Amino acid sequence: MPSYVNVEKCDGCKALDKTACQHICPNDLMVLNTETNKAYNRDVSMCWECYNCVKICPTQAVEVRGYADFVPLGAQCTPLRSTDSIMWTIKFRNQQLKRFKFPIRTTPEGAAEPNGGFATHNDISNGLLSTEPEASGLSELPKLK
Amino acid sequence: MANFETVEVTTDVLIVGGGMAACGAAVEAAYWAKQNNLKVTMVDKAAVDRSGAVAMGLSAINQYVGLKDGENTLEDYVRYVRNDLMGITREDLVANIARHVDASVHLFEKWGLPIWKDDDGGYVHEGRWQLMINGESYKVVVAEAAKNALGDENIYERVFIVGPLMDGDRCAGAVGFSVRDEKFYVFKAKATLVAMGGAVHVFKPRSSGEGLGRAWYPPWNSGSSAYFTLQAGAEMTCQEVRFIPVRFKDAYGPVGAWFLLFKSQATNGLGEAYMQTNRDELDNWEPYGKVKPVPANLRNYLMMLDVMDGKGPIFMQTAEAIKNLSETVPDEKERKKKLKELESEAWEDFLDMTISQALLWASTNVQPEEKASEIAAAEPYFIGSHSGASGAWVSGTKDLSPDDYFWGYDHMSTVNGLFCAGDASGASSHKFSSGSHAEGRIIGKSSVQYVLDNPDQPNVDSAAVEELKAKILAPIDTYEAHKNETTDPAINPNYIKPDMFMFRLQKIMDEYVGGVSSQFKTSKTNLEKGQELLQFLKEDSEKLAAENLHELMRCWENVHRMWQADAHLRTILFREETRWPGYYFRSDTPEMNQEDLKVFANCIYDAKTDSWEMLKRPIHQLVD
Repeated sequence: MPSYVNVEKCDGCKALDKTACQHICPNDLMVLNTETNKAYNRDVSMCWECYNCVKICPTQAVEVRGYADFVPLGAQCTPLRSTDSIMWTIKFRNQQLKRFKFPIRTTPEGAAEPNGGFATHNDISNGLLSTEPEASGLSELPKLK
Repeated sequence: MANFETVEVTTDVLIVGGGMAACGAAVEAAYWAKQNNLKVTMVDKAAVDRSGAVAMGLSAINQYVGLKDGENTLEDYVRYVRNDLMGITREDLVANIARHVDASVHLFEKWGLPIWKDDDGGYVHEGRWQLMINGESYKVVVAEAAKNALGDENIYERVFIVGPLMDGDRCAGAVGFSVRDEKFYVFKAKATLVAMGGAVHVFKPRSSGEGLGRAWYPPWNSGSSAYFTLQAGAEMTCQEVRFIPVRFKDAYGPVGAWFLLFKSQATNGLGEAYMQTNRDELDNWEPYGKVKPVPANLRNYLMMLDVMDGKGPIFMQTAEAIKNLSETVPDEKERKKKLKELESEAWEDFLDMTISQALLWASTNVQPEEKASEIAAAEPYFIGSHSGASGAWVSGTKDLSPDDYFWGYDHMSTVNGLFCAGDASGASSHKFSSGSHAEGRIIGKSSVQYVLDNPDQPNVDSAAVEELKAKILAPIDTYEAHKNETTDPAINPNYIKPDMFMFRLQKIMDEYVGGVSSQFKTSKTNLEKGQELLQFLKEDSEKLAAENLHELMRCWENVHRMWQADAHLRTILFREETRWPGYYFRSDTPEMNQEDLKVFANCIYDAKTDSWEMLKRPIHQLVD
């Protein structure tokens, strides 16, 4: 299975043109079954367990069951991703629970300015890239001595 | 022929790929294009937010030189890379990336990537060149800047690029198809930037079932960069320099934090530290065997010697490392706090970039502070951005490069108008995520310079486009023509499905070209046998069959892998020595030959004559 979809929770993203999991899967694995209106992972042996489908699902319908050819059953890693942090709940096979929270970004979503606020220049012929040397924190382009 | 609509997109600069290098190219090219009224277009087979090798996230930035604070010099970085690659590296390219990489990291921070800081506000280093980050959204943040620079209307997602469009010896764009709708895409461009990553699943992975997808590098890195540049006629370099990472066994969780930050030791099953007990072996690989840090392949090799001797399993001594670290804090209350911090850091290391490893630890009730965990060598990968080096042979830069390493535009391949970055460009290892982004920025600027100097849109022969369309869609036609001949469409004597095609490739590479099951050993006779079998596979690629668009992509991904395999095999055959034990060992030429073979082994494929040329290029040492 690596990622699998809970039948009860999946609403097929309410018949939008594509489901969230289908939109995000880097390996083109998540598909909407148009008859049942539920998503599924079409080729579990090509799943990297990147959890992007799990993180993006609006109804928390996607979960991961570790690769059955080497991972014993019973554990689970469950993320809850917000705009600035991610909370992980780790359930062990022996039922022990651990919880961790980590920051994921320091700026509001969508705010990334391509030049990062660094000064830019207009000389296409020199070796300095658009935001350099300021973005490098240097006064000029370093050379080999 | 399958009835796909043809969609034509004409642009000035075309970026093929959506990962770190492509996103770097996007921000820089968009800036210069805007000033010159040019158009930049990006095409990605997935969604840019989570595509490429950083799709899951990362727990560290592995290249930061720290030039502004005088932490290191460019020369330091060049020496480090040269030694790690056993002398085979383009010092001009390494230096050029190193002098731009800090700016990429500073941009990431401005865009919103959390980088760990110490009490004085400085970056927390994992190792000399490595910074610790909270990197779950690393790619999201980097993609956001790229998308904001380009504008959504210039980004094509879920379009799989198969190969180049050529105008004689100039690249004229790229062709591919949508994996969502029945559309064939023709992108016509004045400059084409290749950044489609490295290659995974060329060799058989260790796992045999569901876990096939758990490669260390992501399975969607399918050799598309190598195929694109080879078919365009670009000279390729270091095609023999594969990379084999040693990672936590099976789930391939990262070991960098354990080795560098937590100062952990690795031992064999008898508790012996193989880096010490097998130290004498390093004498055989001088001068590189005697440098610090010991090159990655030699560290692998000392471990493999114990494995081959039956002294496994190999363990990362996590409990010992945590005990040592906590003992540095004498106060008991403070020590408990320190332990809690270490525990959180250890888990985040996995959760940010290899969640499977956290799942494996949880499912086997591993508490790293209580017991050691197994590590092992993964299968071989093609990743010019890491400790591998495979990629296109690209131009250096005017003020750093000797004459024979420079032909006008920074990091342009030997094909006019075709630029490469990240895993697509070779002989400039140790770029990792940040250096790939920096190299993307380099070609973002140099490609606009090229377009300004060469403003004419290349000519594209419409008959050639129709021919490419027929060839690319052929697997759909093959399936349709034969699917009703058998009761189960999975098995049919007239075609081969992409999954079985991939397994056949992997078996050849594994058994004859030094994969896991042959203990990374090969020889001339093995290689020649492998080549014979690869030729049959190449012939059978004409019979690949696809039931739908997803399978059509899988067909072409596997053709791409096959070409990466071919270039790899030929170059190992050409280099009659063993230079990177721990990556591969040629048992018929077991020693390193510094006198004759301290050179680049390059190759060029000529599509017109269907022939390969192998050639040696000199190494110029620029730093003492």
